Amino acid sequence: MAGRTLFDKIWDLHVVDELGDGMQLMFVDRHLIHELSGHRGQLEIARRGLKMRNPELAVGSMDHVVSTAPGSRGGNAPWADKIIETFRAEGKKSGMKIYDIGQDGQGIVHVVGPELGFTLPGTLLVCGDSHTCTHGALGSLAWGIGTTELVHVLATQTIVQQKPKKMRVDFRGAPARGVVAKDLILALIGKIGTAGGMGYAVEYADEAIRGLSAEGRMTVCNLSIELGAKVGMIAPDQTTYDYLKGRRHAPAGAHWEQALAHWKTLPSDADAKFDTEHAIDCASLAPQITWGTSPEDVIGVDGRIPDHKPDALAYMGLAAGKPIAGTKVDRVFIGSCTNSRLPDLRAAAEVVKGRKAAKHVQAWVVPGSWRIKQDAEAEGLHEVFRAAGFEWREAGCSMCVAANGDYVAPLERCVSTSNRNFVGRQGPRARTHLASPAMAAAAAIAGEIVDVRGF
Amino acid sequence: MEPFKKLSAIAAPFPQKNVDTDFIIRVERCTGTPREQLGSHAFEMARFLKDGSPDPDFVLNQPRYRGAQILVCGEFFGTGSSREMAVWALAGMGIRCLIAPSFGQIFYGNCFQNGLLPIVLPSTQVDALMKQAEAGKTFDVDLEAQRINGAQPFEISARRRKMMLQGLDELGLTLAMEPEIAAFEAADRARRPWIYP
Ligand code: SF4
Repeated sequence: MAGRTLFDKIWDLHVVDELGDGMQLMFVDRHLIHELSGHRGQLEIARRGLKMRNPELAVGSMDHVVSTAPGSRGGNAPWADKIIETFRAEGKKSGMKIYDIGQDGQGIVHVVGPELGFTLPGTLLVCGDSHTCTHGALGSLAWGIGTTELVHVLATQTIVQQKPKKMRVDFRGAPARGVVAKDLILALIGKIGTAGGMGYAVEYADEAIRGLSAEGRMTVCNLSIELGAKVGMIAPDQTTYDYLKGRRHAPAGAHWEQALAHWKTLPSDADAKFDTEHAIDCASLAPQITWGTSPEDVIGVDGRIPDHKPDALAYMGLAAGKPIAGTKVDRVFIGSCTNSRLPDLRAAAEVVKGRKAAKHVQAWVVPGSWRIKQDAEAEGLHEVFRAAGFEWREAGCSMCVAANGDYVAPLERCVSTSNRNFVGRQGPRARTHLASPAMAAAAAIAGEIVDVRGF
Repeated sequence: MEPFKKLSAIAAPFPQKNVDTDFIIRVERCTGTPREQLGSHAFEMARFLKDGSPDPDFVLNQPRYRGAQILVCGEFFGTGSSREMAVWALAGMGIRCLIAPSFGQIFYGNCFQNGLLPIVLPSTQVDALMKQAEAGKTFDVDLEAQRINGAQPFEISARRRKMMLQGLDELGLTLAMEPEIAAFEAADRARRPWIYP
């Protein structure tokens, strides 16, 4: 038999039935639910007189519309409180576990799934959110779904899918100092474009990926959707097992041993075939930063602003031909499901330590989960940020999507560790530059876009 | 779901590339706005001037495209966020068919769940249709025959075509497969006990 990929092995294990025409009915092992898309789904199954089929295979958290203002314990507006209340009440009725605001386990779904050990290698995991691809970092087959599909999963624990094609991306060589997970994936998106991964399940492989922490791998997989791919994944290895062992929802005892034996069979066979392959030479990469209104509009921080997208430049208020470094910034946002985990906050704090944010910059740090916030505080990271004039906030999505009232003001420029620099994403007419946590921290200190390698 | 068989309607040109779902419907509208009202907020960042009046430059505000039910789009339409409200907003403003060289993958699936037909064609053919849309032509989209204007064929999965033609709801079909799902789950519990808490 021809070799099979990581993706094939997990996919094949989850086919309930062939529906013809290349469509398959797939069993869902893990359903992550957040209040914003989740509450609509809950109301819809109730309206149809249906019940949640497997509440024990779901976990919920509050993230999109929670207020992240320091000390806050709810939504930031009556409509947000109503969504939270609906989600809580319907969740309770269904019997599913919801990690509520202020509880250990609450946070951005794509942060808490792995943190709780709910996300596991070899599982099929879905969530009503496009960045569900993040969970592929632990060797889970995971993708984002729409509201109607969410209702389908709630009621049947299955999803109808067409098998995508397979792509492998090799990240070769070891990246230089100052070049991190975010830079690797942004460089790939810059190279093959936001449609480069369309129709593919992508596997990230090779030296630079193996060298990443579990959290770094989550950053890489998080941006798969920005590559046009619904699925991005990394084969599980010792880093994965060490990360998962002992986590609250992870298997324990005999189940851990059984699971581990299974997980070790998952990596792609040496002779497995992919439909497309790409490679990135990591040793030659500079820290990356976006200049336009699509994640593919990205250059090294030592580069000059290109001229091929005049509309994007007009929106961003930038002139072609100039170096991107030296561009004045108004805001810095360190957070989101891309870069809000403990190693991200540590990397930012290391840059910030003993320095002060530029006077004209408003800088925020928003931990990805309640747990991360506690752990960071135990290390004193919050003091480092506060001493530098940064705001230290509660866990949630915050300024990544501006659904909770955390906005970048019109025409303001923000260096953000999130994943989307779309027109209006961080607020109407807001200008977003995507970069790594250390790059964002450095921009806050310098008051302008700056090469973190010089810090 | 309303079946989709044939559609004869005005097609508006929408050549912008990488139109993301944040652009189709702003996130604030995904929070409290009832589904039926989303149509009036579709494309709001481009559709309205600062004072809230319609921007005459926006294509769907132009008198010739009033009532358009088809959009001929640039590549990678519907990229980004999974929000199904983007589809509801388009449907809410009367759009029933999209033609593009490519679509965001989650958005593409969401279209079928809501009776909005997304048609993928090679760029050169989309360009030709774009010209016809710019000329204000009425398009005929025939899902049964899989043709646009009687001439241009298009591909679509047979299963999705059937569901659109009959207005079938995926959930209804899957609920009828409960015995298969239960059998799978029972076998899987034995095979992978660590999955089940
Ligand atoms: S942090 Fe941003 S991208 Fe991630 S789930 Fe929240 S809103 Fe979506």
